Amino acid sequence: MAVGLTLIFGVMRVVNFAHGDMMVWGMYLAWLLATRAGVDPYVGFVACAAVLFGLGVLIQRLLVDRIVDAPHEMQILLMLGVALVLENGALVAFGPDPQRVRSPLRAATIWLGPVFVDVARLITFVLAMALTLALYLFLSRTDLGRTMRAAADNAYGALVIGADVRRVYAVAFGIGAACVGAAGALVSPIVPFQPAGGLGLSVASFNIVIIGGMGSLPGAFLGGLLVSVAESLGALFLSPSMKELVSFSLLILILLFRPAGLFGKAAS
Amino acid sequence: MRWLLVAALAVLLALPAWLNSYAVTVFIFIFFYAFLGQAWNLVGGYAGQLSAGHAAFVGVGAYASALLSAQAGLTPWIGMLVGGALAAALGTVVGYLGFRFGLRGFYFVLLTVAFAEICRIVALNTDAVGGALGFYITFTGNPRQFQFQDNRAYYYIALGLMVAATGIVAAIERRRFGAYLIAIREDEQACEALGVNTFRYKMLAMVVSSFLTGVGGTFYAFYLFSLQPNSVFGIPLSVEIVIRPIVGGAGTVLGPILGSFILSPLAEASRIYFGQGGWSGAHLIAYGLLLIAVVLFLPQGAYPALRRLWVKAAVR
Repeated sequence: MAVGLTLIFGVMRVVNFAHGDMMVWGMYLAWLLATRAGVDPYVGFVACAAVLFGLGVLIQRLLVDRIVDAPHEMQILLMLGVALVLENGALVAFGPDPQRVRSPLRAATIWLGPVFVDVARLITFVLAMALTLALYLFLSRTDLGRTMRAAADNAYGALVIGADVRRVYAVAFGIGAACVGAAGALVSPIVPFQPAGGLGLSVASFNIVIIGGMGSLPGAFLGGLLVSVAESLGALFLSPSMKELVSFSLLILILLFRPAGLFGKAAS
Repeated sequence: MRWLLVAALAVLLALPAWLNSYAVTVFIFIFFYAFLGQAWNLVGGYAGQLSAGHAAFVGVGAYASALLSAQAGLTPWIGMLVGGALAAALGTVVGYLGFRFGLRGFYFVLLTVAFAEICRIVALNTDAVGGALGFYITFTGNPRQFQFQDNRAYYYIALGLMVAATGIVAAIERRRFGAYLIAIREDEQACEALGVNTFRYKMLAMVVSSFLTGVGGTFYAFYLFSLQPNSVFGIPLSVEIVIRPIVGGAGTVLGPILGSFILSPLAEASRIYFGQGGWSGAHLIAYGLLLIAVVLFLPQGAYPALRRLWVKAAVR
């Protein structure tokens, strides 16, 4: 999911506060599909990604597009507004209680060499890897992907050589949202979720992205590994309710000492 | 303009004589949030440093005075200042880290949110302050304990807080300090190049703002009589604080008050209207939509827009 945020921030320099909330919506969509239509989340994630892609493009076209040149503060406030709407929309639509998607694969476990792995986690991991790889290839090999990176480096320059920067932005935002949607659907059988969880998820992904370096895809992936290890260690040594403390403290430390991230190029 | 303000103040002073108890409550919320908004306005509006974690200062102030009163018997009238001082100390830490390390815009927002959330989690997990159950203040109705039988006493205190904070902000705006803050917001580098110690003034703004907000915490505690970590340190309260000055006009003296007069009754109405049956998030949806609308159509807030209309009408 951090991959999605990296893409949005990297390409457009717009900070997406609504990130975690989008992920929560991805989870609820997977839940709806699973409970109403009986679609397994490992299949349904494609639909979730598609819906969130649409949502992302809409938000970009209708809202962000108008203020992409406005001061940073305005964008922050705008995305804060979007986050509020999404989070509380989920609260009104689905209620405050935690939910969990039941997948038949959840109970299954296999021996993978010497380690005992449950199938659900394994599939999630493999699919996440595959998505990251696909996105990486898309950005480095296709025309649209290259244009996206060009727009990220120098929006004006990209405009001069004839790239439709607005369209590129919309697609980037859409793909970013689609990534979170897919990620949300993929983890929905593993972790319970609730509307209020959006902020925690946003912070987690900021952590990951900032550690990995804004705008760097491999960085986001490595950052993801680092942060989840740190959080599980924290949960091990502190009480589980203090787990969040670790991620917020981590965030402060990162902000102060490595704002460009471990793998990022230069501070912006 | 000045006479208009004096007249408005006179009306507000006389008003409780005619209002029923519920209307008084609504006005208390208007004044109180205008006060908090005004405190935020100094840092977020004038100096342009968006803090999205002001709830932390409310919480620190509230818990400090409530605990001092319950355990040490210290009257909240003094505890109020202690709470303010502690909040200011926290503000100093946040400000020092944020400004010394040059965190701007989005990074500063994240820093303030992170601090507020850490406060919330610590309060949730500290049993000495009530933990997740919250901290309750027993009602005695004793004015020396900042408790009043009559709602109208709170009305006047909240009004006083709002007027005091507005006076402070107005005084700062007219001084060199205020001009520096605006200059920092508009172009920090140019300001530094002219030899202004921007770090010092940003810190000063942060300290004054967090002190005032911490004082507000005492009012919060002794008006509601219960402190829940999730509500007193939570993001929703920070949003409540931020949204009024922004809607009303951040960086203007009257913006937070105007914003509070617009929003607090709306919030109250939607809470009543949507309050039942799982619609508890509805008023925050409305806030979100409003925030989006303001950013898109009225980026400077309502007060500057009204002022333009006023000037236009006067010219004709």
